[in-house]
Amino acid sequence: MELIVASAVGVLTAAGLYLVTRLRTFPVIIGVALLTYAVNVFLFASGRLTVGAAPILRDGMENYADPLPQALVLTAIVISFGMTAVVVVIALGAYLAGDDDRVNDAADHLDTTRVGGKEAGQ
Amino acid sequence: MGPGDIVSLFLIVALPFLGALLPGLMYGAGRKACASVTLAVTLTALIGLLTRLPEIWSGQTITTRIDWIPALGLNLELWLDPLGFFFAALILGIGCLIIIYGRYYLSREDHMGEFFTYLLLFQGAMVGIVLSDNILLLLIFWELTSLSSFLLIGYWKHLPEGRQGARMALAVTGMGGLAMIGGAIILGQIAGSYRISDIIAARDAIQASELYTTALVLILLGCFTKSAQFPFHFWLPHAMAAPTPVSAYLHSATMVKAGIFLMARLWPALSGTPEWFYLVTGAGLITMCLGAVISFFKHDLKAILAFSTVSHLGLITMLLGTGTAFGVLTAVFHILNHATFKAALFMSAGIVDHEAHTRDIRRLGGLRHLMPVTATIAIIAALSMAGIPLMNGFISKEMMLKEALETQLFGPEWLVPALATFGALFSAAYSFRFIAHTFLGKTRDDYPSHPHDPNKGMWLPPAFLTVLVVGIGVLPFLVEPFVKFVTGAVLGGVAEVPDYHLAIWHGVNIPLMMSAVAVVGGLILLGLHRGLQAGWDKTPRPEAKTIFDGIIAGAISFARGLTGGLHDGAFTRYAAILALAIIAAAGHAWMTGEVGAPALPFAWPNLASALGWLMLVVATVVLVATHHNRLLALILMGIIGTMVSVGFAYFSAPDLAMTQISVEVVTIILMLLALNFLPDWTPKESTPMQRLFDGTVAILGGLGAGGLCYHLLRRTAVETPISSYHLENSYYGGGGTNVVNVILVDFRGFDTFGEIIVLGIAALVIYALTEALLSGPVRARLLNRVPDKPLAGDRHPLMMVVLTRVMMPIVLMVGVYIFLRGHNQPGGGFIAGLVVAVAVVMQYLASGFAWATDRQRYPYHAIIGSGVLAAGLTGIGAWFAGREFLTSSFGYVKLPGLEAFEVASALFFDLGVFLAVVGAVMLSLESFSRLARRSDTRDPEHPMDIDPSRDQRAEGGA
Repeated sequence: MELIVASAVGVLTAAGLYLVTRLRTFPVIIGVALLTYAVNVFLFASGRLTVGAAPILRDGMENYADPLPQALVLTAIVISFGMTAVVVVIALGAYLAGDDDRVNDAADHLDTTRVGGKEAGQ
Repeated sequence: MGPGDIVSLFLIVALPFLGALLPGLMYGAGRKACASVTLAVTLTALIGLLTRLPEIWSGQTITTRIDWIPALGLNLELWLDPLGFFFAALILGIGCLIIIYGRYYLSREDHMGEFFTYLLLFQGAMVGIVLSDNILLLLIFWELTSLSSFLLIGYWKHLPEGRQGARMALAVTGMGGLAMIGGAIILGQIAGSYRISDIIAARDAIQASELYTTALVLILLGCFTKSAQFPFHFWLPHAMAAPTPVSAYLHSATMVKAGIFLMARLWPALSGTPEWFYLVTGAGLITMCLGAVISFFKHDLKAILAFSTVSHLGLITMLLGTGTAFGVLTAVFHILNHATFKAALFMSAGIVDHEAHTRDIRRLGGLRHLMPVTATIAIIAALSMAGIPLMNGFISKEMMLKEALETQLFGPEWLVPALATFGALFSAAYSFRFIAHTFLGKTRDDYPSHPHDPNKGMWLPPAFLTVLVVGIGVLPFLVEPFVKFVTGAVLGGVAEVPDYHLAIWHGVNIPLMMSAVAVVGGLILLGLHRGLQAGWDKTPRPEAKTIFDGIIAGAISFARGLTGGLHDGAFTRYAAILALAIIAAAGHAWMTGEVGAPALPFAWPNLASALGWLMLVVATVVLVATHHNRLLALILMGIIGTMVSVGFAYFSAPDLAMTQISVEVVTIILMLLALNFLPDWTPKESTPMQRLFDGTVAILGGLGAGGLCYHLLRRTAVETPISSYHLENSYYGGGGTNVVNVILVDFRGFDTFGEIIVLGIAALVIYALTEALLSGPVRARLLNRVPDKPLAGDRHPLMMVVLTRVMMPIVLMVGVYIFLRGHNQPGGGFIAGLVVAVAVVMQYLASGFAWATDRQRYPYHAIIGSGVLAAGLTGIGAWFAGREFLTSSFGYVKLPGLEAFEVASALFFDLGVFLAVVGAVMLSLESFSRLARRSDTRDPEHPMDIDPSRDQRAEGGA
């Protein structure tokens, strides 16, 4: 049991990282979503794995699954939707305004002085 | 200590700050009103201070405190002892004169309200420094002086010199202030208290501590930068770009004296060690000689005075460094004397500048005929600076030379006296030059403007100071008790106040001879000035500003290189750097940390879970392999999300499973909407090397995360988890059996409250971005967009329309059910909100945007707002029961005909969550779909595209 959860986290993380380092916005967003799954499952797993013991209080039940990571992950899932939506609208806006969905600045704009570029003229 | 005492001390510090509001307000009432109100504020503070003199004089120390952050040792602790009184009186007294002078100095173009506001802020910060009895509070005021002096020095914003000078002063003094924070914290740690009076009393502990040298160096960095001591002296002359009243104030009695003040304040705790002696006396001597020599060769009147200030500050520093009581006595006396004559000199220089329209000494001369009053004032003050008998500067200089005679530094005993005489000689020389080249000589006919004595308001303040200069110079015994009184406070019981009398004549002794040498030598130097100046101009010297600018430029280019190298605009690179950094940090923690043995048993997965795992892994791998096909990627992502939610359900987390699956639905819809506008295909662009690198990083990260997770799952928690508390108190404290929901709405309700606000903000951001897109050039593109794929014949398929409408009430009922049972069974506001949002989205999908919007009665913004409001009001409701924010309560209600059921206040909170989630999800999706409206097809008003009878009716009517 532990093995499949841990390996799923690993696979999701690896896939997420790979897609995050792609060059277009869409795969990057998908990659972030995969990383979100990985992180949520990881956080959830920090309460250890329990089968058949949902944290719903019942008479005669002694052991329950850890409710705290569940509560934290629940809000994380909802917030991650908000985050994805914001990132998507930004990506969309950038694409519609620039007709380009590349993540990186164009190669001729890549330089080491971009931070001070504005001041260089002074 | 009565309440009156508290008011008075706090009031003295607070008055300038509060009063800083007035000049701006009174500016409209005219310059006179503006200056008068400023003067009134300062004068009130000064009078308030003076009323405390009798108590101080009788040996009392007035203290007062208000707790601010006691846990950090930072409190509003003020005290008034003779040293603080002395400085506060100088700051406020000279402040009054400066305000009068400034009112006439500033031209009509200068915004006087702004000027006096800055001045009062600065004044308040200075008074705060000298009255603080808490070293952390002192640091705050210290930084405030740096900031407010920045505003004052850069007051003439149109002058580049002003801006650069202000920036340099801020950089240097601010840097010193940062160093000082470290020193002050060390001192407070050693003394066990941040009260200055406690620190002073902890002399033995501080000097015995091994951190003493560190603390000393850090404190001295603060003092030396503020008081312009070598090698930080260079900022002061550049600060001369300020209006002259500012220079007169900052460089005679206040800003630069702050460093001196702190050295005097901490003198009992820090002085007397070889480190103190070498650092302080050494820096002081070098500064004194260097400043004096440079001053002699400057042409700008204010530059001459600036370097002379540097030199005199060096003199005072040197005296404090010797560590003897006599040195302190002399230092205190010279602080008083320097403040009087230097303020008068700055003001005179300002008058000359104001009248002759130049401060270049080469273009001046003979002014004594044209402006006799100013000339008299300036000559008296300059003679005092030169150390001529009958002026106060003479007496303290004699004492300085006497102290120098008894000081031995680096071996040869003639060194300090010789250097002191050398400094005094150049001091006399530049003072004489100031007099001779400005006021003596023949009247010229080429002044830029015709100079004459100014308005009374401008010469009265310096005249008042010269009366003090001569008064103290002739009758020094008048101030002797006061000077000794202050000296006693500086010494703080470490040494006795010396039995020395301030007098003009102590007989023919060595200091008098040295003084004579200095004066005669100064006159000779003045005679030789032309030749020496030529030589000076030819000698190459390191220019401090160039070096400073070089250092700044170096720091900037280093920072640029570093940032630019990492942060070059290639975002994929940031992602790789971030991933590698996290892997490295985690790897380091793994290598250096302790790993416990596995405590939990290993279990092989059963077939069902293995199949689920397989689906997830295969979907993920295929997704990575085929991510170029974006639609396929979305479908695969849906599979992964479904499997994750199945996993949650399997591992006893029904709430998570329900949340995940409903979020999955809205996320996929959202991405589909976006994909409508984005290309369907991701081109293959990266090189194989790049893919190899990214793949390696990804696999490393995956191995790390998976390994960490596996490791975690096989071991028990290091500390006892707090979850048992939640399980035990959920029912009795929160009134619910679904512990996850009780945690969300009760135990961690504040978190959830923040959460829904964030969600609401995210939705509003999306709305705002969409609005911005639709009102910009993108709008035209969207309207004229030609679909790149053939469209389906019916935009709103009949089956779907019918089905979604039938389902709508059912889904809504499910939502309400999930919501209501949430406190006791899996469900709650988050999930119900998502379910209801899905129900509404289905209508948008099936029947079209326009149709759905027409039937939407409440704007989604309002739904978000009402949700946040409901949650907040429920939280506030607890206040009326005298409980903390968000404390929930619950009870059982019996209605006729129904069983008793439970009502918890948490239900209303959950209702807020529900509304916020519905509003946020819908607002996001609605914003996206607004982008899809086009001009080529009118939005259909009807839900179904195919309706022959409607078309016939329309034809018939036409």
